[in-house]
Amino acid sequence: MSDPERAQHGAGFQGTPGGSVSGGVDLLDPGVEAGPLGLSETLTIAPGGNTMRRDAWRRFRKNKLAMVGLVVIILLVIAAVFAPLIARYDPYQLSSDLRKPPSGEHWFGTDTVGRDLFARMVYGARVSLTVGIFAALIATVIGVIFGALAGFYGGFLDAVIMRITDILLAFPYIVLAIAIITVIGPGQATVILVLGLLGWLAIARVLRSSFLQIKQMEYVEAARAVGASNRRIMFKHMLPNAIQPVIVYSTLFVGSAVLSEAALSFLGIGINEPTPAWGLMVNQGRKFLTTAPHLLIIPGSAIFVMVLAFLFVGDGLRDALDPKLK
Amino acid sequence: MKTPKLPTFIDDSLLSVRDLQTQFTTDDGTVRAVDGVSFDIHRGEVFGVVGESGSGKSITAMSILGLVPSPPGKIVGGEVLWKGTDLVKASPETLRAIRGKEIAMIFQDPMSALNPVHTVGRQIAEVVRIHEDATKAQARVRAIEVLDMVGIPQPKRRVDDYPHEFSGGMRQRAMIAMAIACEPDLLIADEPTTALDVTVQAQVLDVLLEIKDRINSAIMLITHDLGVVAGVVDRVMVMYAGQSIEFGTVDEIFYKSRHPYTLGLLASVPRLDADDRELLRPIAGQPPSLLHRPTGCAFHPRCPHAVLPAPCSTEDPVLRVVDGVEHRSSCHFAETIVDVVPVTKEPVS
Repeated sequence: MSDPERAQHGAGFQGTPGGSVSGGVDLLDPGVEAGPLGLSETLTIAPGGNTMRRDAWRRFRKNKLAMVGLVVIILLVIAAVFAPLIARYDPYQLSSDLRKPPSGEHWFGTDTVGRDLFARMVYGARVSLTVGIFAALIATVIGVIFGALAGFYGGFLDAVIMRITDILLAFPYIVLAIAIITVIGPGQATVILVLGLLGWLAIARVLRSSFLQIKQMEYVEAARAVGASNRRIMFKHMLPNAIQPVIVYSTLFVGSAVLSEAALSFLGIGINEPTPAWGLMVNQGRKFLTTAPHLLIIPGSAIFVMVLAFLFVGDGLRDALDPKLK
Repeated sequence: MKTPKLPTFIDDSLLSVRDLQTQFTTDDGTVRAVDGVSFDIHRGEVFGVVGESGSGKSITAMSILGLVPSPPGKIVGGEVLWKGTDLVKASPETLRAIRGKEIAMIFQDPMSALNPVHTVGRQIAEVVRIHEDATKAQARVRAIEVLDMVGIPQPKRRVDDYPHEFSGGMRQRAMIAMAIACEPDLLIADEPTTALDVTVQAQVLDVLLEIKDRINSAIMLITHDLGVVAGVVDRVMVMYAGQSIEFGTVDEIFYKSRHPYTLGLLASVPRLDADDRELLRPIAGQPPSLLHRPTGCAFHPRCPHAVLPAPCSTEDPVLRVVDGVEHRSSCHFAETIVDVVPVTKEPVS
């Protein structure tokens, strides 16, 4: 094919979807009435819809540590969700192979009563993530409600809510958790509840401060001027503008809840045997540090990695959602 | 020259504000931001409120809709009669039902009065959904309609844009679209053109007036721009230090003003036809602090015609009809001032 021919061919080819070309012209000139409805709608350039989210994702992706954390979390979530498929053994099945080191048969070795450690680690991820995520959810919901109420209404209500958080924050977190758990008894649900009920304090304060600031915005007054109710103003107009620091804090809180659960389980007041909880495994492995170090090192590292992953993601989110911070 | 609409029947008025008093409690004392203001707005008219910053224009507007932030603000007296209902005493539910539906407000700064996290269409549709029994789809259709009405090109496409994708003028149009979505009887426009550049100002005013005729509403136009007033307003109220000091049709205010403050305002407008060497003629001094209001006439410390001490600094002036049917002024010398050429004092430095 000769060059002129090719050029002609190319031109002909470009001309074929004529509709799209003229449609494009329409879009560039807002003064021109859009063509047929379907055409103008399918050709919409970059719907503004997600530009903010897309920008945030772009910034997040540039943060290597945050991306590593995200990958780790995704792997852990996959492990937790598909635990029965991944583990080759039943995590509760006892055997006479006690404290065997890692091998081809038992990837992470066996524990003090002969259970496959890999299976227990995979199921343990389930426990840790469940506790972490649900505790964070409870903390976020309560924190958002009280923080919004305090920031929006101010005055007496604000003073009462803030004094309650002051008092609760004055106690060391873990001591308070121990006190509550000893009263209502240990267990996974209890741990979730306790961590959730203690975790909302900081979230409420974070949201309250955002609300105090956003309350002064003219769009809040504008919303009031069109007859929006207080609840609508709070949750439809103010919350979306105030939620970013809460998202960051909640993510970080998942990590710290995982750590607290491990600590409580380690102390024997968190999750009970035979449930595979990482903190519990660390406690059991502790006694065999010299003879079977994998019993301590593997669950310990897992806790370390998971907590760190959430911290990195939380940190990455902070930078991504609030570019002004840098 | 436009023919002034004179109120012929009392029944004609949509909104009657009577002796409105709004105060703010501060650490330094009570600020009387609105101090006994009365006026009526009639169906179909454009009512202008003019005055310097801090003269109480915006607080008057906010008091009508019960939007004065409380605390520290409070309406301590007077009535706001809207179609016979006193809005000062109305329940929050009643007020909510009226806001946006019967009385809508257009804010000064379109940059900050639109919520950045919602699309323009959603914000307009919200107004419709709050007040009318409309589905999401119907509200969206209405949003597109009103965006079209205010002259946003390709409204079908722009309805899903976020405010930051609009230019300043377009945002102000979007604000207007939001305000007219429920076809209110009264539009309160609080300096709707201040944040815009001059060419866009004219467009926005045109849109506003056109809409007014289309949905047969009244407009309360708050501004400090006398050019805007001259162009579009029917009747004017001039405010100073929280009080209304002069009232009249646009012609009465512009050509036959009977208050030294209004005369000073008019004299301070830059003129294109002025001599090269002619200086601007500002009103001397500063607007008074509302915490320490001057005794007698609040304008007397700045007034070039003040007769001191009595009566200007000792007697409270009374707003009264001085000319025509409804031309009112509160100057002690309103009856005689008309022949005096406005002279301004040298600015105090």
